[in-house]
Amino acid sequence: MDMFINFLVAAVLAGTPLLFGTVGEIINEKAGHLNLGVEGMMAIGACAGFMAGYRSDSLIIAVIAAFLAGAAGALIYALLTVTFMADQNVTGLTLTIFGCGISNFIGEYNIARSETGNLKLPEHITSQIRNLNIPGLSDIPVVGKLLFSYNIFVYFGVVIAIIVFIYLNKTKSGLNLRTIGENPAAADAVGIHVARNKYISLLIGGGICGIGGAYCSMIICGGVWMSDSVNGLGWISVALVIFAAWSPLKAIGGSLVFGAFSVLKYYMPKSVITLPNAFYDMLPFLITALILVITSVRKNKGRAQPASCGINYFREER
Amino acid sequence: MEKETYKKENDGEVYAIECKGITKVFGSVVANDNIDLSVKYGEILALLGENGSGKTTLMNMLSGIYHPDSGSISISGKPAAINSPSDAIALGIGMIHQHFKLVEAFSAVDNIIAGTPGKLKKRSVIRSEIAAISQKLGLDVDPDKKIYNMSVSEKQTVEILKVLYRGAKILILDEPTAVLTPQETEKLFDMLRRMRDDGCAIIIITHKLNEVLAISDRVTVLRKGQSAATVLTAESDEKKLTELMVGKKVDLSIERPEPVSPEPLLNVYHLSVDKPDGSLALDDITFDIYSGEILGVAGVAGSGQKELCETIAGLNGIRSGAVLYKKENIIGKSAREIIDLGISMSFVPEDRLGMGLVASMGMTGNMMLKSYGKSKGPFVDKAPAKELSEKLIKKLDIKTPSAETPVRMLSGGNVQKVLLGREIESAPNLLITAYPVRGLDINSAYTVYDLLNEQKKKGVAVLFIGEDLDVLLELADKIMVLCHGKITGIVDARKVTKEQIGLMMTGSSAEEVLGNG
Repeated sequence: MDMFINFLVAAVLAGTPLLFGTVGEIINEKAGHLNLGVEGMMAIGACAGFMAGYRSDSLIIAVIAAFLAGAAGALIYALLTVTFMADQNVTGLTLTIFGCGISNFIGEYNIARSETGNLKLPEHITSQIRNLNIPGLSDIPVVGKLLFSYNIFVYFGVVIAIIVFIYLNKTKSGLNLRTIGENPAAADAVGIHVARNKYISLLIGGGICGIGGAYCSMIICGGVWMSDSVNGLGWISVALVIFAAWSPLKAIGGSLVFGAFSVLKYYMPKSVITLPNAFYDMLPFLITALILVITSVRKNKGRAQPASCGINYFREER
Repeated sequence: MEKETYKKENDGEVYAIECKGITKVFGSVVANDNIDLSVKYGEILALLGENGSGKTTLMNMLSGIYHPDSGSISISGKPAAINSPSDAIALGIGMIHQHFKLVEAFSAVDNIIAGTPGKLKKRSVIRSEIAAISQKLGLDVDPDKKIYNMSVSEKQTVEILKVLYRGAKILILDEPTAVLTPQETEKLFDMLRRMRDDGCAIIIITHKLNEVLAISDRVTVLRKGQSAATVLTAESDEKKLTELMVGKKVDLSIERPEPVSPEPLLNVYHLSVDKPDGSLALDDITFDIYSGEILGVAGVAGSGQKELCETIAGLNGIRSGAVLYKKENIIGKSAREIIDLGISMSFVPEDRLGMGLVASMGMTGNMMLKSYGKSKGPFVDKAPAKELSEKLIKKLDIKTPSAETPVRMLSGGNVQKVLLGREIESAPNLLITAYPVRGLDINSAYTVYDLLNEQKKKGVAVLFIGEDLDVLLELADKIMVLCHGKITGIVDARKVTKEQIGLMMTGSSAEEVLGNG
């Protein structure tokens, strides 16, 4: 039983960066942009968040820096795809390569300049991102551990997912954004400013991805800078968007499921079944492939990818 | 000064829209050349013109999609700069596009309110607002129905509601009837008349003359990007409008040369073909096509025409029967083998570009689709295809900036000419053509008829799937009528009436019909 609760807790912690990445990518795709640069934006956010935290010793500054850095990465993408009509897939892939590269470069550069040969987050910020211990609540058996024992990022991620859900589905501006993603020509014809809305949502989505990156570098790596801290989570996020059927609420559950897959190898009792680690690493992608098949067979238009996702919009094109 | 006298002539009435000297150039093509157009409130203006005469371009400038290179637009008497669709909406202009601008995955309500300013209102408030507009004008639509579940006519109603909800007083409809059945068209016209009586200014783009005469108060005719004339509908007729549109006197009768030494070329023998759902698309049909003859096929849409074409072209499997081409069974041969035998298909589907042409390729590329196998070695030889394209452009008067311009940039009539031209140039013995004049204006349609007759004189057998019975009766030698996949009769087109064909289309046999008639 303890083992199972520990497994769930580990799943939540492992799923949180996925939640940020997924919610960010959902906003991008709702605006009609299949951004394959999630991995890159997360890497940039990881670097900026860690370095800002390292220098300022302030969690808020770290998160803001991660958000802005992710948004800056998205700005490159938005400039190329929205304004210059570059191919979305190629641009996204390039952003990933660029983001991972510059993140590692800045990391190595700072390590080389440091006296100790490594970078470790200072005391104050480390205490801020430690798992919470709320007197009373955290002590409740099972529930306390399952609900009230995580670091602040976990709750922040859930709140962001809920806010994005409400924004997309309950506000006028969310409706306008969804219209753009489905049919930009229709949006344009009713006077919605397509380019401006695309920029805004791409930047916000990128910023949210950046915060997910900061989680990787600051929490998963235990406060010590490591290269490639995002390590493929951005790619799983892109897949998770499909799993979550483009709903930020479902993304909460989806990231939990995928987080569980990624830590399954540590918690599967050896007495039950012994499988190579590579099998567990493969699981998230296998599940994604299955989901893709199922969704394309079901063809539910209400829960499909926004119709114009991946296609750039040019008003005078016929 | 000039403007003032102009106004006086119209009893001081203010125009809803007044365009003067509008010019718009795309690349090297002048789409609109110094066009004048005006419409009053409480009036329906028909904008008539051939394919590519610049109707849609002009309207796109009024709705802010394009920006004119020169010229002035006044709305309600005031000069207006329409730089974006939101400017157009603010000026009370609503455009109903030929290809609906709707989000398939949304409900009608979401489509209607998307992009409207202000906060999101309560659903019940929006619903009653929509109901109020609907009631006043006799529109009928379920606000919560998803667009992908709607019929074409319902989608159009949503489009109209969308612009009316934004308070549009000037409505522009781009070929609204192209996708409607006659009954739906009548319903739409009733709606438009009510809107006009309500004080709206309406511009309707169409190239169907009977509709122009039925709905409009005035007609502005465009020809080759210029305004040819503006006339009162009451003072004009089909003949006059056609002449204005084409620029010369047009003989509206279709030539029908006698077949020269007809011989059976294709025998279809007890052919049955399945639909994907397992029911029969073609049910035991037997007929012959002779060389030098046009065999017209009449029938309500979906009576098996599509399957017939595809089976002869080798795209479909069959359940039973045989198709003999020069006494050789072609069932089981691949499409490529059938093309090499000299059977050519120019199937023009509803969207024109779906089958037959690659929209993003230029004419040269599309010509090569059929001929690339003939060049030797691993490389393709572009020169012959380019030469052929240039030849077709001249011969068929195809309007395109160059042979390399993607065909999706061409207007519908020109796309059709490209397709048919390519098929004819491959010198087929049997030409299958389905709806070759769908969506075409008169002049283009007659060019197509001439092309078909030219083939007929060369001894080519033509299978012509048509929808306009008047044309079938004038063009074809024989008419085969299909009803639910069965042949109800093959009759001599010279000796049959439209009414008799109509009866056969609904299932009466030729013996019954001709016996009674």
